[in-house]
Amino acid sequence: MAMTMHCDIVSAEQEIFSGRITMVSATGTIGELGIMPGHAPLLTGIRAGPVRLKFDNGEEEIFFASGGFLEVQPGVVTILADTALRAEDIDEAAALDAQAAAQRALEDRTADMEFSVAAAQLAEAMAQQRTLAELKKRRR
Amino acid sequence: MAVGREIKKKIGSVQNTQKITSAMQMVAASKMRRTQERMRQGKPYSEKIRSVIGHLANSNPEYRHTYMEPRDIKRIGYLVVSSDKGLCGGLNVNLFRALVRDMAQWHNQGIESDLGVIGNKASRFFRSIGGNVLAELTDVGEAPSLSSLIGGIKVMLDAYENGQIDRLFIISNEFVNTMTQSPVIRQLLPLEPEQGESSEHRWDYIYEPDARHLIEGLVTRFIESQVYQAVIENGACEQAAKMIAMKNATENAEKLIEELTLIYNNARQAAITQEIAEIVGGAAAV
Repeated sequence: MAMTMHCDIVSAEQEIFSGRITMVSATGTIGELGIMPGHAPLLTGIRAGPVRLKFDNGEEEIFFASGGFLEVQPGVVTILADTALRAEDIDEAAALDAQAAAQRALEDRTADMEFSVAAAQLAEAMAQQRTLAELKKRRR
Repeated sequence: MAVGREIKKKIGSVQNTQKITSAMQMVAASKMRRTQERMRQGKPYSEKIRSVIGHLANSNPEYRHTYMEPRDIKRIGYLVVSSDKGLCGGLNVNLFRALVRDMAQWHNQGIESDLGVIGNKASRFFRSIGGNVLAELTDVGEAPSLSSLIGGIKVMLDAYENGQIDRLFIISNEFVNTMTQSPVIRQLLPLEPEQGESSEHRWDYIYEPDARHLIEGLVTRFIESQVYQAVIENGACEQAAKMIAMKNATENAEKLIEELTLIYNNARQAAITQEIAEIVGGAAAV
């Protein structure tokens, strides 16, 4: 049996996931991270993007986190997400809309919206898309 | 019939009061469910971030944030979380009593305190008894947003950073169950190491990208989430206490109505008896 570790994903609104896993990967502030049991204590920020969990029966589950923190303690991984969703719950149409709206706002610099705000929204919408794409790939 | 008109009026007015209190009870009951739900949802995050911060305070990071350095205590600060509205039994009074007792203990050691208050009740309380209030947040509402609280939090954090206060506590009501809410005082700053872990083992995290930014971000998030959770929990306590208070008021009104009805009936009976006696007496005289 593969080594497992405990993983908790919580967002400000609710607990998303809690259980034993064999691997977690997420987008850290300075690049992709893959964490397996026995990892050294680590504290890092994470960016908007998919969080993949692997279980010891070989199954995988994908979540979407819109940024936050990731902590590794011996045997425990904690993800403090600003907002987190199960990937299945992401509404594809809404994500596309958000992306289009953010892109429009970016192009239309005269709009009231702050440039940085628009850029952040676009990044988030694209990260959601990325999560969805990955989910679809896996299903096939 | 002229007899007992005052009593009848009184019964009417108590009945009106009862209608209001029972309506308020029902409103509080439905609000309580909502606030409790909100409290339950936020709890995992605040507990997890508390444990991460606990680990962090326990480790030996390459960058020590001012929030992590214990200092000699010369002056302390409290963030007081109270309700905006009254009619919720002893909720706020119990909280203030616990707070004043704690402040008196520090005072005996020659340590004075500064206050940041959240909620109308606390602001009114300290206006009447005095107290050095640095920040005041009132009318936060039932579903406060984090952004509405940040201003008040920042004043207290600045006071800590400037060295005006050397410890920051938060006092709020803890939701035990619907019948019981108890005031608790927790230390926010400096950050407390998690209990039950040996701090002798020297270890540190790997930080990505760098410790300073990460710790600053995390600590700020931590304080905000703790205060937010306290405000939300206090809101749930308020509604629960209000529901119980209004339930008692409704029952008391019921008892009062019964007593008054009894008195009224007695008076009516006595009046009838007297009238008959008078008629009989009059007839006998004729």
